[in-house]
Amino acid sequence: MAEPPVGSSGALDALINSPGREGLTGTAPVNIYLRGRERESMTTAPNRSPDDQQPAWREDFPIDWPQDQYVERRDFMKFLVLTSVALTVGQFWIVGLNWLRRRSGLPPARRVASLSEIPSGGSLVFQYPGELDNCVLIRRSERELLAYSQKCTHLSCAVIPEPEKGVLRCPCHEGSFDLRSGSPTAGPPRRPLPRVTLEVRGQDIYATGVEVRTI
Amino acid sequence: MAMVRPFSRDQRTTIIFGMLAFVIVIMVLQLWLLTATMNAYLGGDQRVIVPAALVSLVACALNVGLLRSVWRMERVSR
Repeated sequence: MAEPPVGSSGALDALINSPGREGLTGTAPVNIYLRGRERESMTTAPNRSPDDQQPAWREDFPIDWPQDQYVERRDFMKFLVLTSVALTVGQFWIVGLNWLRRRSGLPPARRVASLSEIPSGGSLVFQYPGELDNCVLIRRSERELLAYSQKCTHLSCAVIPEPEKGVLRCPCHEGSFDLRSGSPTAGPPRRPLPRVTLEVRGQDIYATGVEVRTI
Repeated sequence: MAMVRPFSRDQRTTIIFGMLAFVIVIMVLQLWLLTATMNAYLGGDQRVIVPAALVSLVACALNVGLLRSVWRMERVSR
């Protein structure tokens, strides 16, 4: 470290702005506040005691803990910022999915079954709008037809209609939905089942669209 | 001439802790936003999707800005 500036007689220099002391009002040189690289790269024990008071094993593991902590937090911050970027990408992925869904428009109407195929209190499984989209058609009474997507809104297990109890039950996690509205009544599901809109044309039942809902 | 005094390592560690706290809060908000938006999308609610994406973008820019300031701080300290 540099020697403190002293006057010619060895006394402290009282002058302000003398060489090496610009901007200071005390007697310390400017560079006393500048930390050199040496100090930064010094190995420091966690208890900050001098080296000769440290246990012998520390010599085998000379970790600079303050530096390690600094680098660790900085790298953790970088990782979190990277995660933040990934979450933003995820948001825009949803925007893209939504755009594709809007672009595809309404699915075309499709014949599901004839009225004579499904008795009152009965149900049948059909595919709509895609070949892999299972739906369930329920005939509660002679004049009441209901249809929902068969995928549970929790984890996509197939729901089972139980018209006598007035529910659609998901056996995976004991979730249940109200048969009349498709709203969740018990278990982990939070969103109602997508409702398939139906139309009866003569003796045939047609699916005409899918209505997804948040509540 | 103004003297630029670099931060010491202890000061930088304190600054990093502060920034980390901000980044964590922002990231948790983004995580919540993503799950809420996904729920809205699956439920057919399209109104919130684009505004949520824009908010997430702003939050991400804030995080990247904080990280850039760390890099700048380290460059000055070298």
